[in-house]
Amino acid sequence: MQISLKINGKTHSHDVEPRISLAQYLRETLSLTGTHIGCDTSGCGACTVHVDGAATKACTLLAVQVDGCEIKTIEGMANGNEMHPIQEAFKENHGLQCGFCTPGMVMTAADILKNNPNPTEEEIRHGLEGNFCRCTGYHNIVKSIQHAAETLNS
Amino acid sequence: MIPAKFDYIKASSVSEAIGLLDKHGDEAKLLSGGHSLIPAMKLRLSRPEILIDISGISGMNSITEDGNEIVIGANCTHAAICNSDLINSDLNILAQTAKCIGDIQVRNRGTIGGSLAHADPAADYPAVVLACDANIVVEGKNGSRTIAATDFFLGIFTTSIAEDEIITTIRFPKVANGNYQKFFQSASRFAVVGVAVVKEGSGVKVGVTGVAGTPYRATAVENAYSGNSDAASHAIEGVEDELMSDHFADTTYRAHLAKVYVKKALEA
Amino acid sequence: METYIGKSVKRREDARFLKGAGKYTDDIKLPGMTQAAFVRSPYAHAKILSVDTSAAEKAEGVVAVYTGSDACGTYGVPCGWQVDFKDGETMREPLHPLLAKDKILHVGEAVAIVIAESLELARDAAELVNVKYDVLPAVTCPKKAMESGAPKVHDQWGDNAAFDWCIGNDRAEVEAALASAHHVTEMNYKNHRVAPNAIEPRSYIADYDVNADKWTLYTSTQNPHLVRLLMCAFALGIPEHKVRVVSYDVGGGFGSKIYHYTEEALLTWASKEIGRPIKWTSDRTEAFLTDAHGRDHIVHSKMGFDKDGKIVAHLTDEFCAMGAYLSTFAPAVPTYLHGTLFQGVYTTPLIHLNVTAPFTHTVPVDAYRGAGRPEATYLLERIVSKAAKEMNMDPAELRLKNFIAPFNGTTEPGYQTQVALQYDSGNYHASLKRGLEMLGYEDFRKEQAEARKNGKLLGVGISTYIEGCGIAPSAVVGSLGARAGLYEVGHVRVQPTGKVSVFTGSHSHGQGHETVFAQFAADKLGIPMDDIDIVHGDTDQVAFGMGTYGSRSLSVGGSAIIKSIEKVLEKGAKIAAHKLEAAEEDLEYAEGKWTVKGTDKSISFGDVSLTAYVPHDYPEGVEPGLDFSSFYDPTNFTYPFGTHIAVVEVCSDTGKVTVKRFVACDDVGNVMNPMIVDGQIHGGVVQGIGQALLEEVVYDGEGQMVTGSYMDYAMPRADDMPMIETDRTTTPCPHNPLGAKGAGEAGAIGSTPAVVNAVVDALAHMGVTDIQMPVTPQRVWKAMQN
Repeated sequence: MQISLKINGKTHSHDVEPRISLAQYLRETLSLTGTHIGCDTSGCGACTVHVDGAATKACTLLAVQVDGCEIKTIEGMANGNEMHPIQEAFKENHGLQCGFCTPGMVMTAADILKNNPNPTEEEIRHGLEGNFCRCTGYHNIVKSIQHAAETLNS
Repeated sequence: MIPAKFDYIKASSVSEAIGLLDKHGDEAKLLSGGHSLIPAMKLRLSRPEILIDISGISGMNSITEDGNEIVIGANCTHAAICNSDLINSDLNILAQTAKCIGDIQVRNRGTIGGSLAHADPAADYPAVVLACDANIVVEGKNGSRTIAATDFFLGIFTTSIAEDEIITTIRFPKVANGNYQKFFQSASRFAVVGVAVVKEGSGVKVGVTGVAGTPYRATAVENAYSGNSDAASHAIEGVEDELMSDHFADTTYRAHLAKVYVKKALEA
Repeated sequence: METYIGKSVKRREDARFLKGAGKYTDDIKLPGMTQAAFVRSPYAHAKILSVDTSAAEKAEGVVAVYTGSDACGTYGVPCGWQVDFKDGETMREPLHPLLAKDKILHVGEAVAIVIAESLELARDAAELVNVKYDVLPAVTCPKKAMESGAPKVHDQWGDNAAFDWCIGNDRAEVEAALASAHHVTEMNYKNHRVAPNAIEPRSYIADYDVNADKWTLYTSTQNPHLVRLLMCAFALGIPEHKVRVVSYDVGGGFGSKIYHYTEEALLTWASKEIGRPIKWTSDRTEAFLTDAHGRDHIVHSKMGFDKDGKIVAHLTDEFCAMGAYLSTFAPAVPTYLHGTLFQGVYTTPLIHLNVTAPFTHTVPVDAYRGAGRPEATYLLERIVSKAAKEMNMDPAELRLKNFIAPFNGTTEPGYQTQVALQYDSGNYHASLKRGLEMLGYEDFRKEQAEARKNGKLLGVGISTYIEGCGIAPSAVVGSLGARAGLYEVGHVRVQPTGKVSVFTGSHSHGQGHETVFAQFAADKLGIPMDDIDIVHGDTDQVAFGMGTYGSRSLSVGGSAIIKSIEKVLEKGAKIAAHKLEAAEEDLEYAEGKWTVKGTDKSISFGDVSLTAYVPHDYPEGVEPGLDFSSFYDPTNFTYPFGTHIAVVEVCSDTGKVTVKRFVACDDVGNVMNPMIVDGQIHGGVVQGIGQALLEEVVYDGEGQMVTGSYMDYAMPRADDMPMIETDRTTTPCPHNPLGAKGAGEAGAIGSTPAVVNAVVDALAHMGVTDIQMPVTPQRVWKAMQN
């Protein structure tokens, strides 16, 4: 099935099998391997991307469903070599260890902060409930998002 | 994880979708948010041959006021429900419930129509549609009909929607005084117990999900209610034999939680 | 000049991870690569009656299908540790086949592999393999597995024991001391089974190059060289020098990626058969069913006290599940990584631990973050707190009364335990005191009493743990049954321009080695961190290695690098002396240059490096080049310790536990990068809290895993957890050059009993003395009802 969608500002058109998930399409067809698959059933959040501006688990979305949509992946967050303030904040606060859940965390954090620029710790934690991290204990991820909120608001 | 092969059709109208359902019968399934269906297909527990994507049908994702009712398109996402000013002011119980579903990402995709049609016995909406006496409007080849919430849920993953029918809208009466209380299962975060209470005058309507195989109106509680929460002791009356049990909550504990949460919702 | 040790230097690896540019195994695509899918048993115990692959072989895109009847069916993966029975019988070691041929021994065991042009086609064809089973009764509980009449896992032996084992003092002596003790506290419980759940599932690509007659295995392992060794020497019998194992970025391990798995060997074998690369990435269901699990001990324990509260004896009997086969380090976990820590931080004079390790119809159990030590700590810290309650003593006071006195291991000797090991250095009093101070223990007790009056259930739980890290030396572990050495390799290659490549056998999968190793190497060499690159995870680049687990990377891997740096500086000094026309002993090395003492005559590290590679004006008898490799074999384990204190609130209506505060005061020896150590503690603590409150692998009576997905297996999410309050005491390790002890597992070891102690404390006034982990709302509520 022919689909055409805009990913990180660039239009892509491909013929895809309906059963291919958006996550698989990004990884296999476009080699955008920053979107990770941790559970493939929308439990872990490692595959989180933005579909038309909203955080979405790309493993539980068929590529054909997002025909015509605008997608942003982790690869589209930085501006060239300049990292997005959320990415910077994760680095500054040691908000990542193995890095596998990190793209999903960053993309979810962006959604949290878009809808709530001054979240409390509780709101951040609640906002992250769809994303597993097995390394950091979440402590420094929460701190990173708090830090990013400050930067983005200043 | 890859689903078995299927054909995908994006329906552009309700009538097109109904025609496809009629044509393909039980080989076809409707796809809206897909957050229950797609994982099941990946595990190959569900293997439809045709997926009819109804998420793009125009007019199915509006939230409007119709006299004393709020009419919600079946394709409204949980996020849209959380963020609707109309729902927040005149049907706050539903906004409150939608906020308890899944997580940000799931709420951004999952829809109210999809959730109701799936009829997971631990889903959140059933308690609220029951307590609110909402009406589920479905359309099929023989036209449109309205199903009262109390007639909608028939069992685990089973509803009274016919094979060729689609939920188009859900009509809620405006609710001034209602609330939803949930005790979630620690892994899935579905409801171990979810209780919706709507207070009207001196009476009360109570919807319960997660406790029995079929969500139910706790009529025994409603009948015993006299302005305080003592009636909560009747929370599982009538469903004693249908209590669900798993390693998070056996029937004893679940029955206890049902009482605790009915009380909590009555007192909120 | 800028120095780095002890500073929270931001991580160099972060930029690639944050931009989505990490290179995990599943991110790699090779030309002509095929995809594999497995046919796995839906039963825990069954005879395989027939396997019909004919339909699958004819299916679209299928390249090959193999079963246990093919040549690969004769191969199996080895166990890396041998623990023989107490009576001398050799450990029972079944073949762990790459594919099951006649019998299935756990749900998820692979029966066939289907290799196809795409993952979709491989999955489709795998469904067409028709396996007929004769289903047999299964046993999943290690205690029940030893009951007479229990279904047998391996028919060739008389019962299900893989081995039994004991350690410590004479049992009769310990029993006698318990019989005459003033007070005896007893515990019966299960240290339940948990699934490691690294978020990156296991992923492998095997690639055979026919022209070079060489295999490359890309694998998500913590342990590339050991995988190569075990696979070449034992699993497949292929030449080690013809095999390259590559492990670039790995998305978490927590132990589960230490081991050599059947799929690694099978893909490697099959890649030569089909002459094309093959990829397999586990899905989450497969991860639950086939990644080695952790814990699963059934424990009966008694601890005796004298009238002053001094521990007089400790006796424990345990049944510790091995699973269906012996995974790489499995036998070491409930024995040498467990019983050797039964001294804890206490002066207990008499200790005896008896272990029976049965096979069960489950996936193998092996080391999971802490490996044996969390189980030991859970027992000691729960039983001491339980005893305090029974003797009406404060749990902090009872601990202080029994602590081993402080010793630094240099001017004061190490502490000889009753269970073989000699602790290196410790100051347990200081740690507990600091922990109590961080919490405000006295004030909390007042708050708790006040809260209780208002019906609010608050509890505090203390855990004062010790662990053994950097397990070594090789000769000792060899005598204990290890089939490998436990040294590490550090190779320092100074380039002609004075830039440095450090090759390490340690493997980072989140620990930040690329940053931390460069920090201390820069300080020791007196050059900027930017001039140092850390290389790991490729057997063609790194001479050898023993991998990362057991919190060993800094204390063992780091020390190996230090050894090579010392060799570089020693040789550099010879070259410098020649160039400066001075005697070596007149030189001093600081800030990246050799200076003739008392003069301003000096030569820089860069100039010496260039001279080493352009040896025109060069000392006689000295080889060109500046490139050293070292093997560091420690003289002892290291012994980090610390105090973890949890404050919980229990909901009286539902039994739900909320962790309100968590205080961790850890002593990991000298700290290279506090930010990274804190991060390790945070993560470990949350994993430990996860075991205490949420996580549990549950099997039903047929051996089916009830908790095989994230819908049923509860892992900590962000809103389940509090912020972790951390601080440290510092007691350097006396026997390695960095003075480092290790920080990777401490959090997971100390936290679990702290949380359960706190829950029991919150309910103590209701007569609750113990609750089985995980202390789920249901279990807590039921405990409150009794």
